[in-house]
Amino acid sequence: MIYWNKTHECMDRRALRDLQKQRLMETVERVYYNVPYYRDLMQKQGLMPEDIKELSDLKNLPFTTKDNLRDNYPYGLFAVPLSEIIRIHASSGTTGKPTVVGYTRHDITSWSELMARTLSCGGATKDSVIQVAYGYGLFTGGLGVHYGAERLGASVIPISGGNTKRQIMLMKDFGTDVLACTPSYALYIAETAMEMGINKEELKLKYGILGAEPWTEGFRKEIEEKLGITAIDIYGLSEIIGPGVASECLYKSGLHIWEDYFIPEIIDPVTEEVLPEGKEGELVFTTIAKEGIPVIRYRTRDISSLKYEPCPCGRTHVRMRKVLGRTDDMLIIRGVNVFPSQIESILTDIGGIEPHYLLVIDRVDKLDSLEVLVEVSESLFSDEIRKLEELNHKITHEIHSALGLTATVRLVEPKSIERSEGKARRVIDKRK
Amino acid sequence: MTIDQISVFLENKPGRLAQITDILNKNDIDISAISIADTTNFGIVRMIVNRPGLAIKAIRNAGFTVNTAQVLAVEVPDSPGGLHYVLDILNKENISIEYLYSFVRRPSQKALILFRVGDIERSIKTLTEMDINILTSDRIYEL
Repeated sequence: MIYWNKTHECMDRRALRDLQKQRLMETVERVYYNVPYYRDLMQKQGLMPEDIKELSDLKNLPFTTKDNLRDNYPYGLFAVPLSEIIRIHASSGTTGKPTVVGYTRHDITSWSELMARTLSCGGATKDSVIQVAYGYGLFTGGLGVHYGAERLGASVIPISGGNTKRQIMLMKDFGTDVLACTPSYALYIAETAMEMGINKEELKLKYGILGAEPWTEGFRKEIEEKLGITAIDIYGLSEIIGPGVASECLYKSGLHIWEDYFIPEIIDPVTEEVLPEGKEGELVFTTIAKEGIPVIRYRTRDISSLKYEPCPCGRTHVRMRKVLGRTDDMLIIRGVNVFPSQIESILTDIGGIEPHYLLVIDRVDKLDSLEVLVEVSESLFSDEIRKLEELNHKITHEIHSALGLTATVRLVEPKSIERSEGKARRVIDKRK
Repeated sequence: MTIDQISVFLENKPGRLAQITDILNKNDIDISAISIADTTNFGIVRMIVNRPGLAIKAIRNAGFTVNTAQVLAVEVPDSPGGLHYVLDILNKENISIEYLYSFVRRPSQKALILFRVGDIERSIKTLTEMDINILTSDRIYEL
């Protein structure tokens, strides 16, 4: 197992918590004295920096949302004067003004460190040839991976996204063994290579460091098969730092969050209450070693859960479950928070492939009902009624044990669930 | 000794079965036996056809879920106790039967029954030892 920074990645958890506590206190002090926005909020709550003495005090601090960042556009949440900022990135801003983030020289060094860890975690070494096909520019993907790969000492091909045929030609000629891009672009590269008559054996690709969008296990299998690689999920968002917040290791069982830089929490998106380990909810991050734009309890709207049990890779940092859904997709059925991704993962576990399903929620006699329509693929089908009925019961049972809800499961024919632009509609809520 | 049976998943909706027979008709495929198992919401159509490979392709291309299973076409005396005689043999050998259905046409004075069994190899051995005739696919498609 290759670590980039064994001391920190495999740190004893008690020492790690002490470090987090120290850094949290410094961060709270920094935002209180340097960011009027946070100072006002804390004063309204009657909080002083010295009131945050333990990690458990974190829950008393206010949340930060994307809207809060937008309202302070462009530099309102920066904690240092612009003269200290050496780089500015921004989100695409498809809905209104972009969100802007600034990095000090120290932040860029930290980011490179975290991305070097992330790349090592996913199989890259200083001997790797890394093709960075994330977009370069205001988006944090390209430059984030780039600096980390240079820090690692790998040979970096800064090709950015697009021009796929040329990507593949260079990939072949330059002997690229690590591809860094979004999962959907990785699949597009695989399909284009096939069309060009280049098969995976002609490429030296070994690892894909893929992120910046949610993708399922079924999608992972397809990419791994088509490119002959191990595909690793990485997680990050520009508001926190960019890529390099969390990464899967080669065991692919959750993403290690670099806890010496970020404190994660899982909250109930409705009540905002902090949830215990293992519970599914909204992922919230506090940055504890950032100078340019420290963020307190940032609500990501991503759905995940946390797992503190030791990982066979030896890293001690907590693992977050692969993000499959957003809080925007959340349903409340009979008072239970339900994410379509939870049902999707149950179906994937049973069928072994990406399922097509539809959740139909209705209200009958003032009571919510949940019907789950599942398309019977060839991997689920049997010529025996008994086995199909067993399948039906199994799905019902798994949903009940995961959500505590009794759903009516109905097996339906393939392609009978309506698709728009190739993507299936997952939910019909008739209560609205 | 075994015969390819095609199974198709169907929802209980009007016109679905006719869609399957339409596909087979257009591809000039002959159905020699058919049975439908149904529940409240869905059913499984099981068929023996003369060109199973082509049939699977055509049905799958039309967007249905299809698979194949191996079944035995067993000649059973067409007299009281005929079916019982065969079932008794399998029962004594502890071979489970998932389902069975019959052919419409018959090659002789005997009835022809399709068996889906738990243990194919042992069924063939046991039945042939008892002089019970199992028909091959060539014979079936000729019927």
